[in-house]
Amino acid sequence: MLKFIFKRLLIIIPMALLVVTLTWGLIRIAPGNFYSTEKKLPPAIEANIKKKYGLDKPWYMQYAIMMGNIVQLDFGDSLKYQGQSVNEIIKRHFPYSATMGILAYLLALIIGLAAGMIAALKQNSAFDYASMSAAMLGLSVPNFVLGPILVLVFSLWLFWLPPARWGGISHLILPVITLSAIYAAYIARLTRAGMLEVMRSDYIRTARAKGLPEWKVLFKHALRGGIVPVVSFTGPALASLLAGTVVVEKVFAIPGLGNIFIQAVLNRDEPLILGIVAFLSILIMIFNLAVDISYGFLDPRIRYE
Amino acid sequence: MAENTETIKGTSLWKDAWKRLLKNKLAVFGLIVMVIMIIAVTIGPAIIRWTTGFTADFIPPEGDQIKSFPPSLQHPMGTDEAGRDLLARVLQGGRISLMVGVISTIVSLLVGVSYGAIAGYMGGKIDNFMMRVVDIIYAIPYILIVIVLLSVFGGPNTPAWITWLAERFGGAGNQGLSQIFLLFFALGLVSWLTMARVVRGQILSLKNQEFVLAARATGVSTTSIIFRHLVPNALGPVIVYATLTVPSVMLTEAFLSFLGIGVQAPFASWGSLASDGIKNIAIYPWQLIFPGVTMALTLFSLNFLGDGLRDALDPQTRKF
Repeated sequence: MLKFIFKRLLIIIPMALLVVTLTWGLIRIAPGNFYSTEKKLPPAIEANIKKKYGLDKPWYMQYAIMMGNIVQLDFGDSLKYQGQSVNEIIKRHFPYSATMGILAYLLALIIGLAAGMIAALKQNSAFDYASMSAAMLGLSVPNFVLGPILVLVFSLWLFWLPPARWGGISHLILPVITLSAIYAAYIARLTRAGMLEVMRSDYIRTARAKGLPEWKVLFKHALRGGIVPVVSFTGPALASLLAGTVVVEKVFAIPGLGNIFIQAVLNRDEPLILGIVAFLSILIMIFNLAVDISYGFLDPRIRYE
Repeated sequence: MAENTETIKGTSLWKDAWKRLLKNKLAVFGLIVMVIMIIAVTIGPAIIRWTTGFTADFIPPEGDQIKSFPPSLQHPMGTDEAGRDLLARVLQGGRISLMVGVISTIVSLLVGVSYGAIAGYMGGKIDNFMMRVVDIIYAIPYILIVIVLLSVFGGPNTPAWITWLAERFGGAGNQGLSQIFLLFFALGLVSWLTMARVVRGQILSLKNQEFVLAARATGVSTTSIIFRHLVPNALGPVIVYATLTVPSVMLTEAFLSFLGIGVQAPFASWGSLASDGIKNIAIYPWQLIFPGVTMALTLFSLNFLGDGLRDALDPQTRKF
């Protein structure tokens, strides 16, 4: 088990470097550069800029220098936000995304697990149909439609909640609901399917046959097997939630990492793009590892090599 | 001989699946809504032009202009900021949104199915390498890939065949439209990864069966085995997954248009209309609500249809 974790952790480093390399290649393939806008610069100025940012060296030298710095976890300064290091920018904006993302995922877990379990236990009942239709609706309403409509109703008509910006808990309610809708819908569907499958399995029959109370059968035996698909969904879902969800940040004017990333891509702010991509890809791989480890606890039949 | 067995067997796989699909009320609802939606966006703009004289990009002359007018008999969905009829724009935008769904899905099918089939059939080191490539592309944010594709092949560098294709739809010299077609292809090129995994899994379980051995023994070429014998047998899951890809690429397009990278004025898609509407949500809510709800209804129907198709074609797969 420990060997498995160690091996997987070790693999994260070359994988992240490979992702950074490919991202760098992608940025370099695209025509244009960060300093020239529509106007063409005089050649002397362009040469100076190139020299300052080391762009006058051959590409393999530039790549080697960049990789050398990244291996030491130094992503350099942002090109657009003058004088700010990439690490500072990530450190400053990530907490917003992380707070919203974690709260949204917790909300989605509570709603999704509850709805999915009840729907599975009362299969083909009115509740089953209603909650599964609601889940489908959650999957189908784009969050840039849901968010503004929530703002319209709860902020502009009812005046219950603030419409935007970062502040107290009341500021968090609408963005977190908007973010969690689609995840709650997914989790509800996954839980229902997983529970339906598990409830038919032999070990549940055994548990019932030996006279366990129904709640114990459900929560101690069925739930553990039934939520395995939810757990595999959790890895990628949490990662994309923590990455900041651009739309919600834009709609609610929250300074999260997602918007910073989109801006960096549009500005061709190479160090910032590479820094965020590296940070997120490591985060995703760690989450996936955590998911793989937790399988073993949930389902004793799963073993590691 | 084949015809004989067909008549004796009575129902084929497809007929059987169709019957099962028709039993699923929600899937039938989805199917009906989609048929209506396709008819509406195909002939709708012409009908509006004929009855009220409005088109998607018609801006009434100064004086006549009624900017951001609420829904009325003349403008069932109101007008937008510039005074254009919103119903005409929603229908016109629906053409682009549905085209995104179809064309990008076809692109992702072509790439994903061939990639997954080759990886699955070749196996061993080639398979391992090809699937690691997929893993790595997964880790690169797709927005970055789309933007790079759009800027490398955009503007004057647009491949001739994309321009040719766009001209078939919107007449010659339409630079904007060929950029939209480029977007369709870019979206297709970032959404084939899961398809490749699905197909690979299918091929892995098929390739050791007797019919493949028989084909190999009779000297059928590898390409032929993959595309004539294996891929058709994996079609069920592929179709199912494709119907679920359609709503997901439509959402991605809407998201890109929301960010200002996707469809741009004078063209419209549901995503770009909704993102225009968000700016005025407090004063002119219908500008968001109509395109947003139309899009949500379409995605809702497509998802139900996809779910129904999965149950009909592939009753074994886990439902989620």
